[in-house]
Amino acid sequence: MAKQMHDTPMLDQLESGPWPSFVTGLKRLANDNDMMVDLLGQLETSYQTRKGYWKGGTVGVIGYGGGIIPRFTELKKDGKPIYPDAAEFHTLRVMPPPGMHYDTNTMRKFCDIWEKYGSGLIAFHGQSGDIMFQGCSTDNVQPAFDEINEMGFDLGGAGPAVRTGMSCVGAARCENSCFDEGRTMRMLVNNALDDMHRPALPYKFKYKVSGCPNDCMNSVQRADLATIGTWRDDMKVDQEEVKAFVAKAGRKYVIDNVITRCPTQALSLNDDDTLAVDNPSCVRCMHCINVMNKALSPGDDKGVTLLCGGKRTLKIGDLMGTVIVPFHKMETDEDFEWLEELATEILDFFAENALEHERTGEMIERIGLTNFLEGVGLEIDPNMISRPRMNPYFRSDDWDEEAAKWAERSAQ
Amino acid sequence: MSEPRMPIESGVPEMEPYLHPVLKKNYGQWAWHERPRPGVLHHVAKSGDSIWTVRAGTQRQMDVYTIRKLMDIADEFAEGYVRFTIRSNIEYMVSEESKVQPLIDKLEAEGFPIGGTGNSVSMISHTQGWLHCDIPGTDASGAVKALMDDLHHEFTHEEMPNRVRMTTSCCQINCGGQGDIAINIQHTKPPKIDHDQVANVCERPSVVARCPVAAIRPAMVNGKPSLEVDEKKCICCGACFPPCPPMQINDPEHSKFAIWVGGKNSNARSKPTFHKLVASGVPNNPPRWPEVSKIVMQILNAYKADAKDWERIGEWAERIGWPKFFEKTGLPFTKYHIDNWRGGRDNLNASAHIRF
Repeated sequence: MAKQMHDTPMLDQLESGPWPSFVTGLKRLANDNDMMVDLLGQLETSYQTRKGYWKGGTVGVIGYGGGIIPRFTELKKDGKPIYPDAAEFHTLRVMPPPGMHYDTNTMRKFCDIWEKYGSGLIAFHGQSGDIMFQGCSTDNVQPAFDEINEMGFDLGGAGPAVRTGMSCVGAARCENSCFDEGRTMRMLVNNALDDMHRPALPYKFKYKVSGCPNDCMNSVQRADLATIGTWRDDMKVDQEEVKAFVAKAGRKYVIDNVITRCPTQALSLNDDDTLAVDNPSCVRCMHCINVMNKALSPGDDKGVTLLCGGKRTLKIGDLMGTVIVPFHKMETDEDFEWLEELATEILDFFAENALEHERTGEMIERIGLTNFLEGVGLEIDPNMISRPRMNPYFRSDDWDEEAAKWAERSAQ
Repeated sequence: MSEPRMPIESGVPEMEPYLHPVLKKNYGQWAWHERPRPGVLHHVAKSGDSIWTVRAGTQRQMDVYTIRKLMDIADEFAEGYVRFTIRSNIEYMVSEESKVQPLIDKLEAEGFPIGGTGNSVSMISHTQGWLHCDIPGTDASGAVKALMDDLHHEFTHEEMPNRVRMTTSCCQINCGGQGDIAINIQHTKPPKIDHDQVANVCERPSVVARCPVAAIRPAMVNGKPSLEVDEKKCICCGACFPPCPPMQINDPEHSKFAIWVGGKNSNARSKPTFHKLVASGVPNNPPRWPEVSKIVMQILNAYKADAKDWERIGEWAERIGWPKFFEKTGLPFTKYHIDNWRGGRDNLNASAHIRF
């Protein structure tokens, strides 16, 4: 039996309605957890005053410099916390398996550990993709981590470090998977654990992995290195299934929702209700495959496109990742080694060349894509641009040499 | 004293031990899928195996009792394995179709909505807010709970022209990311500086360097080294606040919400796009933020009524044109919608393409 509950008239209004209520969950925990009683007190205060009351600090586990998000209350009277049992409310960021799969036994063990050492509140998952064990006293951080670590789980990233990666459900349950997303994400992150657990980069660095251009992991606008599946041979068409789809959905539906929605006009409906595809014009956008997924599918010669530099607002504004590798196979051990080496090059270049608090996208904007590619050892490719330069403000002293390089590459 | 325990630096765990056996067996060998009803996916493998997935909404921040209840359901009505989507929905996988309905019935009886698939409004991806963040302008879990109450029908039904993916963010860093509709804090006043604290707490040169408009400069205030802000230049972004908490940007009255539409991560049809500002100055009004819900519903209702099949909100707005977007949603168009940030001229209409 915990201490007496504080009145929470504002939060109480979030217990009604059909969606599951986190407030009801917090109150249930508060029945026998003093930290939760006081957490509710502080949260209610925030709702009343519309102000936040947490500050960061330095809390960690032995051997690591990151992975714990320290939170100390700033809600004090005469220097003493108003809600003392929630005066420390730290979070442990823990990396899930790729695709966020769990068996029930593992989930129950998480609950037992967190009931023993923490508040009993766990978020599945944070925006970076971590399991967030929320609400822990400074003293309990180490023993809680030790038990989670013994289960085979490790802390994720925080601060200027490699962050927790994300990969889609992919090959485990999706017909559009173009490579082994889980293996790729694991390899990228586990290759950079030193830069994750001992934060010393200019700023954060994120890997995200999506199995096809639907990009369910939102990698293009969030990841410093986005790995997105694609294919370079013809997409596969089962004409009997196309006919069956047309017969069921109707020609008008197919014309309006498949044929004319192709961004490069690469599709045409034949007179016999089969599909004609102009594959060289296809940009692998996925739309027609999404609509007719039984009839259409990615080709057999699959691989990945890499984009670099996606990020959110601060400081210079939102940036999408841009293509740095249009296509590479991702099948053999050698393919994976190639990606591991390239990712290391990029991370090292970022560590050495970015300014403090600068993401890869801002760095590329500052130094130019060509300098970045040269720095990490990648060759230029017209797939990296939407269109060529539109201004004459450049010097081309060595134009002939550069043109000769193109001729040489084209001859290969 | 005993030796300290050093961490086992195991990194991301392997997927395989946590994978449903049918997913393991057919890894990389899936053929096609269908959605028999909202919230249910049926995937068929090249081997002929089938797996049914039932997707349910959760509150994301879950107490251990809720998690144990969800696991009891997984053991009793499913096959002992679950996974989570990027939007905090839980997914149960079952290898027999006959298990789907009893699983749905149980989840619904326990208050977990079934949906979030296909052209529905899925769960809002969100940030921490007052519950745990050190720089929040609002609460995320609460605003999302209130909105999802209003959007319950749209989560459990697939009635939208295409999928709708929403996000919220408690500051302008925008951890919530891009969304068809994004609901983000927008500060409207420059930071209030506690000059007694700046020298103790802040590394002044790095704070100066953080400002996107070079509005911060070192200054001596009351005989102490501090920082001052050129309030005419300041765009109230709050970038100075995380490295320098004495530059308080959050304001109970003047930190508002802005609403953005047309963010899209997928490459389907159009290239990925960033979201665009459509409304601002919306009050930060806990515990249920009714003014936010009202505008979101205005946008969703107009989109639902007017967009063609497969158009995302941004694609719909691009087709009908922004004048019609503001007309159909009833939202005011202001000078603040006209981009004046660097590169902003790219967002102006440099053509005679006008719709009448």
